[in-house]
Amino acid sequence: MKKTGPDRPRPPGIPTISPAKSLPKCPTGIQGLDEITSGGLPRGRPTLVCGGAGCGKTLLAAEFLVRGAMTFREPGVLMSFEETEPELRANVASLGFDLPGLEKAKMILLEHVHIERSEIHETGEYDLEGLFVRLNYAIDSIGAKRVVLDTLEALFAGIPNEAILRAELRRLFRWLKDKGVTTVITAERGREQLTRHGLEEYVSDCVILLDHRINDQIATRHLRVVKYRGAMHGTNEFPFLIGDGGLSVLPITSLGLNHGVSNERIATGIPRLDAMLGGKGFFRGSSILLTGTPGTGKTIVATNFAQAAARRGERVLFFSFEESPAQIIRNMHSIGLRLAPLVKRGLLRFHSARPSLCGLEMHLATMFREIATFKPDVVIIDPITSLMDSGTNSETKGMITRLIDYLKGCQITSLFTSLTQAGHVMQQSEAAMSSLMDAWLLLQDFEGNGERNRVFYVLKARGMAHSNQIREFLISERGIDIVDAYIGASGVLTGSARAAQDSLEKAARLASQLEADQLKREVERKRAALERQISALRADYETEARELRRIAEQVGTQTRLLSDERTELGRLRQADAAVAPRGQKLNRPKRRTGTL
Amino acid sequence: MKKTKSVKPASRRAPEPAEKSWQLRLYVAGQTPKSLTAFANLKQICEEHLQGIYSIEVIDLVVSPQLSKGDQILAIPTLVRRLPEPVRKIIGDLSDTERVLVGLDLRPAPLRSRQP
Repeated sequence: MKKTGPDRPRPPGIPTISPAKSLPKCPTGIQGLDEITSGGLPRGRPTLVCGGAGCGKTLLAAEFLVRGAMTFREPGVLMSFEETEPELRANVASLGFDLPGLEKAKMILLEHVHIERSEIHETGEYDLEGLFVRLNYAIDSIGAKRVVLDTLEALFAGIPNEAILRAELRRLFRWLKDKGVTTVITAERGREQLTRHGLEEYVSDCVILLDHRINDQIATRHLRVVKYRGAMHGTNEFPFLIGDGGLSVLPITSLGLNHGVSNERIATGIPRLDAMLGGKGFFRGSSILLTGTPGTGKTIVATNFAQAAARRGERVLFFSFEESPAQIIRNMHSIGLRLAPLVKRGLLRFHSARPSLCGLEMHLATMFREIATFKPDVVIIDPITSLMDSGTNSETKGMITRLIDYLKGCQITSLFTSLTQAGHVMQQSEAAMSSLMDAWLLLQDFEGNGERNRVFYVLKARGMAHSNQIREFLISERGIDIVDAYIGASGVLTGSARAAQDSLEKAARLASQLEADQLKREVERKRAALERQISALRADYETEARELRRIAEQVGTQTRLLSDERTELGRLRQADAAVAPRGQKLNRPKRRTGTL
Repeated sequence: MKKTKSVKPASRRAPEPAEKSWQLRLYVAGQTPKSLTAFANLKQICEEHLQGIYSIEVIDLVVSPQLSKGDQILAIPTLVRRLPEPVRKIIGDLSDTERVLVGLDLRPAPLRSRQP
């Protein structure tokens, strides 16, 4: 056995606690449920799923089987006491599961148990061995590892003798445990206890409670793990959904803040904005918030980002809660963004829905599913504030946390636009969101001089150098242009005021440019004159030097000739050295020869 | 017999076992004391009330578990009256003879058939 603790000597008598001994789990494959239960239902034990009418007990149980068969290759038996086989097939088909196919592959076996009290007459001692035999036969015929008993409580209506029934149920659960199958038992919720007939008394390993509540006319289903013997589990209520891809439970917070990060930077599609963000754009996998009052160009910035990503060959998923895809494509065409070809190439996908279409959770589930199927690199939600209106505050925050967690976990860069009301305290509605965001850009209106101009600045950008300056944000048919706003004595100038200031400055610049040019020319001229002088002087000098050299050479030659001549003369005369006409220099050697 | 029927209109609801054959099935799971008791009780009731016109088929689900589905058997032992229609199910070891007779729709019949 592996010890994971520090190698500290233990006093004798104290047993080692090994974490390896934790309960074996049976993964359900249901989105989110395995996270809450940290791995699934207790393997080889019964789990009770209880809840009121219409909260999804049967679907949860059915998905447990179907996922088990499809994902984990564990065959399963569904024994239903209420619905017949064709009914079950139809119900499960609504989740997109092919039950007949799985039945054909011997992965799932449906078994309807029909109980009709009026047909049953009780005459003395009996037990439910028939049920055991049937279940056993069903389990053995496909080698099932998972069993679902859908509403055992129907037995209470059908079997007259409750004492026998209870004894038999106890025996049934014991038997299922011995059989080693992971069982899900569904039961109706009771008034004062978890189940109407107190089934929780028999199933003591794991109890899951489902609940269907209506809040502000929007119904949300909730799931809670009431009890899970021998295992850690999330104790909170988690909203869950039944969509057309099955159930998904949405843990408010995911397992923790431990998603990986990327150092890669991605361009925003607006070069000037990239420059404001240290020249490289946003981090991949970061979450970006774009807030602004109406008409400040949030969608345009978002679409630019989307287009840039799609042009790089990345997949972009655009959730729009205000405009239809066709409308976005048309509107963006007017500023020079060609989105239609990107949509055609499958790099950009729009998903438009009215926020009021369904509850927040449903929206979230739809988004999760879209993300899971499209596998985008970039997700854009425009605007997130529309969604926030469809839920309560805490719900919305929870939802956005979950969404961001999910996106970060998948290394998907996300951009959210957020609409702030004019005159509204800017940061208020985003206060909750901002802590979740890695970068926050703010778009704002500036009114003055009878015009309204857009300005734009980076409020925060985690982990990167970014400009602190306010820039003016221009939208033209060529797209977005970000220019420096003029900040002078009279404050920030934008729009025509900035343009006027610009032209004033341009004139001044031009004037000084002219002056500078003239000075430059003057300098150039002086330099040329100087150089001319230098070359004249150099020429003079060279002539003189040449002359001097010539004279020097001449003198040298004369001297040599003279001396040669004299030597020759001396030789011819054979005169004694003493009478050499030149001074002592010549005399000395002569004298020496004389002494020899 | 026809004459009797026309004379006594009170017997219109009561089945007339003498005219029909009774098909009974007893589901058991192994040779348990309960199964044996049930079979013995059934035999006795049949001999008493349905002499000569009944047949009993004993199905042991331990031997052939696949048969449990057909008659929707949960409890053991279960007695199923296949014929005459409608199908009746009686669960238990059949020790309560009165209830068995009611369950098999035999209770009013023997009382009336003894009258003449």
